[in-house]
Amino acid sequence: MSAHVRSRALRAAAFWLLLLGSLGVLVFPFAWMVMGSFKTQAEFMAYPPRWWFRPTLDNYTNVFVRNDFLKFTVNSLIIALGSTGLSLVLGVPAAYGIARYRQTGLGMLLLTARMAPGIAFLIPWFILFSKLRMVDTYPAVMLAHMVVVLPLVIWVLVSFFEDVPRDLEEAGLIDGCTVLGVFRRIALPLARPGIVSTAILGIIASWNNFIFSLILAGNSTRTLPVAIFNFVSYDSLNWGGLTAASSIITLPVLAMAFLVQKHIVRGLTFGALKG
Amino acid sequence: MVALMAFPLAYTAYLSLHEWYASSVVGPAFVGLKNYLALLTEDERFWPALVRTLEFTIGSVILSVGFGFGIAHLLIRRFPGRGLARTIFLLPMIATPVAMALVWMTMMSPTIGVLNYFLRSLGLPASAWVASPRTVIASLLLVETWMWTPMITLILLAGLSSLPAEPFESALVDGASGWQVVWHVTLPLMRSTIVVAALFRTIDALKIFDIVYVMTEGGPGFASETLNLYVFQTSFKYLHLGYASALIVIFFSIVLGASLLLLCVRRSAV
Repeated sequence: MSAHVRSRALRAAAFWLLLLGSLGVLVFPFAWMVMGSFKTQAEFMAYPPRWWFRPTLDNYTNVFVRNDFLKFTVNSLIIALGSTGLSLVLGVPAAYGIARYRQTGLGMLLLTARMAPGIAFLIPWFILFSKLRMVDTYPAVMLAHMVVVLPLVIWVLVSFFEDVPRDLEEAGLIDGCTVLGVFRRIALPLARPGIVSTAILGIIASWNNFIFSLILAGNSTRTLPVAIFNFVSYDSLNWGGLTAASSIITLPVLAMAFLVQKHIVRGLTFGALKG
Repeated sequence: MVALMAFPLAYTAYLSLHEWYASSVVGPAFVGLKNYLALLTEDERFWPALVRTLEFTIGSVILSVGFGFGIAHLLIRRFPGRGLARTIFLLPMIATPVAMALVWMTMMSPTIGVLNYFLRSLGLPASAWVASPRTVIASLLLVETWMWTPMITLILLAGLSSLPAEPFESALVDGASGWQVVWHVTLPLMRSTIVVAALFRTIDALKIFDIVYVMTEGGPGFASETLNLYVFQTSFKYLHLGYASALIVIFFSIVLGASLLLLCVRRSAV
């Protein structure tokens, strides 16, 4: 009997060890980032690494005052909101159509878009925008981001619209609603929480995008991921500034992630799993 | 929608049959399949990049599906703080990849990085991480695995929680051990979910760009130049757009081919 108890205690200990171990590995880089952002240059360069130190806000003031991160944050916000907003305008009706009328052809096209390397879209966009002298304008970067955001939005919305019970819509039709009326008065309100989550997923996707902004955004539209990358090439040893900038770009996304945590897997797998 | 997606793809395919530098004054000149031929027979960077990308992808799928399967078994249990633990699992995949790659770069500094500090504390030799051609791919795999294992974990967790209870109960009645249950009951039932998880991991690993570009730019030398990196350099460093388009067509076909292969595996598993 005591052997049985001991083996159970051993198993519980192994469980907690594995669980806390894997959580520790996942969290450590974030802890390192936030910790580093409050260190002075000398403390960051110290070896062995310092775990206790007097925190300073200098890195954050430097990033905003000297490196203009406020502007890049605003750029990122404008582009994320713009590309997500436009994607919703086009994506909500499209997703409803796919969900209700089984437009599998369009569905396959979207899945292909998930597989296509972003760079396959980039060269034509680059040529077009260069000819139109639109490189480094908000519309150009927004349109390019829509290549990522729009398929994501449609695909996730399809899975939300499929959750709307059909009976309700049929009842609406019987009561004399038009198809458009059913969409506006029944499907849309019922799917609203899903639409909000989808919008957040779209904003995150645009906020995190690097390759499109790298090519199409210039001095006046530079987004945070590109700005932080340039920051390193200019000033490769300023780790305090680097981790402060990383914290600034990451923390809003993590906050948004808490809001939509149930739907994140749905977004990343394009609605294949409702998670 | 079509304008946004199909037009660029069609234009890329069209351009792949032309010789054209964006920097030159003359426009694209039709050359037929010459770009493809040069790529497959003469290009000294294409094949190594392809092999590297495939190795990286296979490594990434094995590592993240392996760890993901294990961790999903931990997270399916009931324990205090489970909701919080699951939320923490979302963090790496949702954080901005460029920022996290930079943070990993500071951790991997050969001289004062915290990872080498950990290795030395454990009595292990320090590593050069991304600074050496011998360890660069493994180091990038570490970052990629850290970033994407959670997603695989959550996919597999969703699969695990929807499994029927009876097969497990009858296995226990028959006196099967824990490992036997995993091998003979869980794995066969989870096959389709595992293939889906592997599919998404394959698509994304084949296309890896952000963390490689930020951490190594394909170096040292070309030691970590993956296909996407090579395409990018050809397009926007050398501005050789015709040739780059041919590369993209091949690159896209590889991703498409790998996905179709996995979808077939999935169909045969059901």
